Order: sequence, then C-alpha cells, then structure tokens
Amino acid sequence: MNALQFIETSIEDGIGYIFLNRPKQLNALNRKMVREIVTSMEAFDLDPQVKVILLTGNGKAFSAGADIDEMANDNPINLELTNQFADWDRISLVKKPVIGAVKSFVFGGGFELALSCDFLIAASDTQFSFPEVTLGVMPGAGGTQRLTKLVGKMKALEWILSAERINAKTALQYGFINKIVAPELLMEESVDFARKIAKQPPLAVRLIKESVNKAVDLSLYEGMQFERKNFYILFASEDQKEGMKAFIEKRKPKFTGG
Amino acid sequence: MYETITYRVENGVAWLTLNRPDKLNAFTSQMNKEIQKAIKTSAGSDEVRAIIITGEGRAFCSGQDLSDLDDSMNLGQLLRENYGPMMQQIASCEKPIIAAVNGVAAGAGFSLALACDFRLVSEKASFINAFVNIGLIPDSGNLYYLSRIVGHAKALELSLLGEKVTASEAKHIGIATKVISVEAWDEELKAFAENLANKPTKAIGLIKRYLEASYHLSLEEYLKEEAEGQRIAGLTMDYAEGVAAFTEKRKAQFIGK
Repeated sequence: MNALQFIETSIEDGIGYIFLNRPKQLNALNRKMVREIVTSMEAFDLDPQVKVILLTGNGKAFSAGADIDEMANDNPINLELTNQFADWDRISLVKKPVIGAVKSFVFGGGFELALSCDFLIAASDTQFSFPEVTLGVMPGAGGTQRLTKLVGKMKALEWILSAERINAKTALQYGFINKIVAPELLMEESVDFARKIAKQPPLAVRLIKESVNKAVDLSLYEGMQFERKNFYILFASEDQKEGMKAFIEKRKPKFTGG
Repeated sequence: MYETITYRVENGVAWLTLNRPDKLNAFTSQMNKEIQKAIKTSAGSDEVRAIIITGEGRAFCSGQDLSDLDDSMNLGQLLRENYGPMMQQIASCEKPIIAAVNGVAAGAGFSLALACDFRLVSEKASFINAFVNIGLIPDSGNLYYLSRIVGHAKALELSLLGEKVTASEAKHIGIATKVISVEAWDEELKAFAENLANKPTKAIGLIKRYLEASYHLSLEEYLKEEAEGQRIAGLTMDYAEGVAAFTEKRKAQFIGK
C-alpha cells in the first residue's frame, strides 16, 4: 500500500480499521483521501486477516463534507475527465461488511460516505445533513439515490432540499442508522459490534451482504432467484458442514472460514 | 466581548451575570445570544466545573424586554430564533448550573431559573409566571420544567393565576433549593458553587444526562442506557480517586475528569 496521507489504517482481531485523519479540517474529504479510503477497503477485502471493516474519523467529527476549495473552480469537462465518483462506485463492490462509526458532523460527502457503509453506529451527538443546495449544487456521490432508497422519497427530498440537520434520534427513527450510543463509548460499542460480525462464518456473511444488496435493485422475483443460488453455494462450504454438525451435536461451532 | 452580561471564572466557577440593571435585566435578542455563548464557553472549558447565573442590581431577570421586540418577527419566530437555542444550550450543558435568584424572576426570567439545576433564592426574591397577565402562555421551556419541579396541579395554578410567589413559598413548593438571607448571600453562594465545583464533574454531567433521558424512555431502554452511563463513569479518573480515597479513608480530591 502506498503511504497514506489523509487516513490511517490498521488491522486487529479480524477488524480492518480506517480512520479519516484530517481532524483539523473536520475530516473534509478530498479526492486523494477518497482514493485512499477506497484503496484501503479493497486491500482489506482481499486480506484474509480482515473479516470486517470499521470506518471512523479521528478528532471531533466523522466528516464535515467535501473539500470545497478543491472543487470551487471545477467545470463539467474536467469533472467528466477526472471521473472522481468512479472511486465511490468501488466502495459498493467491497464484499466484506463495512461498519461506519459516526459522530458530530456527518455532512455532504461525509454523509454519502456514511451511507455507503453497511452498518452505521452513531454517537448521540451526531448530526447528518446535505448542505450542497446552499452552495448551488447537489449531492454527487450517491446522496440523492442512497438516502432515497433508505428512507423513501418524501423525507429524502425534504432533507436534501432544506439542508436541514438530522439528529441521531431522527436518523434511527427513519432507519438509516443501526444504533445510537453515548459519544464516550462510540469506539468501544462499534468494536464490540464489529467483533460479533467478525465471529460469524465469513462466507455466509459475504453472501448475505451480497443478497441483501441485490434486494435494493432487483425485482422480487430476480432477487429470490439470486438468494437461492447463494443459499446453494454455501452448502459447498466447510462452515456449513461444521455449523450444522455442531447444531446436531449440541455444541458450539468452530468456523474456519472455509 | 459581552455587553449585556458579564462573565468571569473564579475557583472553578463561571459567574454569568445578567447586566442590564436599569431594565431589571430584561432579555434582548443580544442577551439571549450572549447567554448562549457564555454557557457554550463554560461547557467547553476544562477550568469551569460549575456555573452560576445571577442578575446585577435588584432583579434576577424580568423576562423579555418588550421595547426590544422586532416588529418583523412574530412571537413564534422570537422563540425559535432567540430563546429556543439559548434553552437548548443550557439543557445540553453537562456542568451543574445554579440560578442565583437575587431578585424578581418574571416571565422568561422565571423560565431561565427553572432550566437551571439549582435555584438559590434570596429572601427578597420572588417568582411570577407573568405570561398569562398579558394573554400569553409560559414559554422558553417554562411548562416543561415547572411541571416536573412542582407537579401538574401547582404548575397550572402558577401559570393560570400569574400571581407572585415569594421566596419562602418557592421553598415550600420545591422551586427553591435554598432560601438565603441578604447578609449571607455572597458567602453562601460562593460556598455552594465551589463545593459543587470540587465534585466529580463528569459523573455530575452523566447524572444530568441520564435523569433527563429517563423521561423519554421505557424502563427497559433506560436500564440499557444506564449501563452505558455507568461504564463511562467507571472510566473516569475521579472514579479511581473516589475508590482509592474510600479505601485509604481520606477525602477524595476530584479533578472533574
């Protein structure tokens, strides 16, 4: 992996950690930073030591949005040629579960990064917002799509058009975060949750994530067919044999990941 | 830095004094914002471990300055833009806040006192939920706090009749933590605040947080939150000090972290 300038990564106990690391800028995302996040996720995805990825921010906030200075002078042609959002598409291709541990400001691109995660655990002081409209633009890294798929058109349109701040309680109520925890315990609780997922048989975890994500885009019929195929595939795994054998023998299974 | 209030920190206590004595410390939009800012500053300062809000001159606070009302704003906007954010700032402050009610606390001035954690009341002070007397409803969190402090029936009585409540009556119905004589005022105020400032500040903040949370949760949810709260308290240096002092049979020296 190339030297990382804007994030920090580490691996411990099956968890691949990514820390956004521009705390003075409240972890504002620039293009190189997004590239580093995506590249690190892909490396973790291929690393057998890593079972689950945990993404969070150093300092006060998760991420206050995109680096506005970087894009103030952009034009449509250079945006098309830079094709920066292609990096964001790669996040969706990561097969291992990605847990986001968010706090304080989760704005704009930071909100889109959070919505790219598979689970979100939020400190009680978290505020989400899409302020793009106040700058004369709009979300460009999935905001209008991912939020709408999660909460429906009515609330998504209201929030993206008003730039209103959404607190953690409202976020939980609308189902786009999994859990609220005290700010002091965000990492402890998130790591605890990550460990639980990391203990599950990895092949099953992988195919479950893939199947659930299919439900977002496919028709029910196609989704059911897809689910069925993944179900069948798991019967080729050692963990299926171990899991069912342990159940019959009334003991705890020992999963190997095979 | 401040024009309508004064702000100083001494021995761990932030003294926030409403400073428009000739107007009985009535609120202007500038004063709303300055109180909000001073509370935010106190909350973020390691040096501050207790906050006192009091009034300069003979009144604590007489409520909204009617001459400061902006004609372009309706009363709903006034609350949303000026009072709401100030009350939110006070509610989210995890340090103990004492209202030192030196004189009359009327209207939103009463609300301000109710939002604090303690009300130390001068024997010459009084409270009046004056809103109804001009055809308005108690605002700035008044009914929310008042009913919790004195109960539904008494809250209604004070709000519907709009009559003056003396210091001793305030003590009797649970509004006043303590009534203090004019002679002992300065000394007792200081002693009360400095005693609070030497307690385990983080634990105090957590107690405030989870007591408030209890009003919005089922018992099952609350017990889960409580476990989180105790986990956080158990990680503080003050907890370690508290246990050590207990074992060593000495007085604990808390640092607030």
